[in-house]
Amino acid sequence: MDINMTLLGQTIAMIVFVWFCMKFIWPPLMAALEERQKQIEEGLAAADKGQESLVKAAAEADDIVAEARKQATDILNQANARANEIVADGKADGVKERERQLSAAKSEIEQESNRAREELRGQVSAIAIASAEKILNREIDGKAHDDILGKLAQEL
Amino acid sequence: MAAEGGHGPQTTGDYIQHHLQNLQVCKAESGEWVWNECAGNPMAINVDSMFWSVLLGVVFIVLFRRAAKNSSSAKPTKFQALVEIVVEFVDSSVKDTFHGKSRLIAPLGLTIFVWVFLMNLMDLVPVDWIPFFSSEVLGIPYMKMVPSTDVNVTFGMSIAVFFLIIFYTIKNKGITGFIGELTLHPIAPPTKGIGLIAAPFMIAFNFILESVALIAKPVSLSLRLFGNMFAGELIFILIATMFSGGLLLGAGGGLLHVGWAIFHVLIITLQAFIFMMLTIVYLSLASESH
Repeated sequence: MDINMTLLGQTIAMIVFVWFCMKFIWPPLMAALEERQKQIEEGLAAADKGQESLVKAAAEADDIVAEARKQATDILNQANARANEIVADGKADGVKERERQLSAAKSEIEQESNRAREELRGQVSAIAIASAEKILNREIDGKAHDDILGKLAQEL
Repeated sequence: MAAEGGHGPQTTGDYIQHHLQNLQVCKAESGEWVWNECAGNPMAINVDSMFWSVLLGVVFIVLFRRAAKNSSSAKPTKFQALVEIVVEFVDSSVKDTFHGKSRLIAPLGLTIFVWVFLMNLMDLVPVDWIPFFSSEVLGIPYMKMVPSTDVNVTFGMSIAVFFLIIFYTIKNKGITGFIGELTLHPIAPPTKGIGLIAAPFMIAFNFILESVALIAKPVSLSLRLFGNMFAGELIFILIATMFSGGLLLGAGGGLLHVGWAIFHVLIITLQAFIFMMLTIVYLSLASESH
C-alpha cells in the first residue's frame, strides 16, 4: 500500500497514452464519424429530394395523360365531324347524280319517243297515203289530192 | 485452489495477504536490485501494476488505433461500431460538460474511460488464475493483476489530472487568476477601510480552505477508484477462500462469486465513467470563469 515510484511510472504511461490517443486515435475517428454523419444527412436529403421529384413527376405524368386524352377526344370529334361531312357530301352528290342521270334518261326517252313518233307519223302517213292511193287509184288521180293528203299527214 | 504451490500450507490470512502483495523491485541499501523486500522503500516499483496497466494501455491503443485506421471505410465492422459508440459516448459527455475548445479533453476522457475500464475489467478474471500461473509456471511469487487496486496507479493518473487542472486554470485565468482563486474565495477580503486589517486573516483562511479543496480533487478521484476496486477485489479473494472450505461452502462461494461478478460489471463500468466524468468536470471548472 506504500506510495512509491509506480506512481511516477503510471503518470508517465498515462501521458504517453493520452498523447497517442490525441494524436493518432481521436482525430481520425472523429473525422470518420463526422463524415459518416454528413453522408447520412446527404443521403436523407437526397431521398427527400427523390420523393419530391417523384411526386412532381407523377403530377406531370397525370397532366400529360390528361392532355393526351383531351387531344384524343378532339381528334375523335374532328374525325367524326369530317366523316359526317363526307357522308353528307356523298349523299348530296348521289342525289345530284341521280337527278342528273334521271333527267338525262328522261330527255333521252323523250327524244326517243319523239323520234319514234316522227317515224310512226311518217309511216302512218305513208300507210294512209298508200291505202288512200289504193282506194283512190280506182277513182281519182293521186296528184290532184296531194295537198289534202299533206294536210292530213300534218294533222297526225 | 487456495493452496498456493511452493509456499507450503498456509492460513486464510496468509492467502489473503499473499493476494494483496505487489510484485516489487527496488534498489536495496546494499546497492543491489532486490525483489519483494521493499516495504516502505519510496523508490520501489510495483512491477505487476506497471506491467498490467501498460499492457492494457497498449491493448487500448492498438485496438482503437486499428479502428481509427479503418474508420474511413464505408461499411464499418462490428468492432468499429463498438469503438465508435464509445467515442461518441465520450464525445457527447465532454460536449455536455466542457464548453470551451480543447483538443486534449476529449481524447483524455476517452483514454481514461477505456483504460480504467480495462484495468477494472481484470477484476473479473478469477483471482487465482494469473497468480497461480505466474507462481507455478513462471516462478513469480506475487502477481496482483488489477492495476486499479494499486493506490499508486490511481494516484498516478489523478496527479496527471491535478497538474492539468492547474495548467488549465493558469492558461485560462492567468497566474493571478489562479492565485486569486486560491485566496479570494469564498470570503472576499475587504479592500479598503478599517477592515483591511482583517484581510490577511481572511486570505489565509481562504487559502487553507481552497487549497484543501484543490488537493481534495485528485485525492478523492484516485481514492474513490482505488477504494472501490480494492474492496471489490478483496471480496473476490474472501469468496475464493470459501472454495477450500468443503463442498457446501464451496458451492455457496461459487454462487456468491457469480453474483458479485455480475454486480461488479456495473461497478467497474461506473467507476471508469466517474473517473472520466470528474476529470472533465474539474477541467471545465478550471477553464470557465465563475
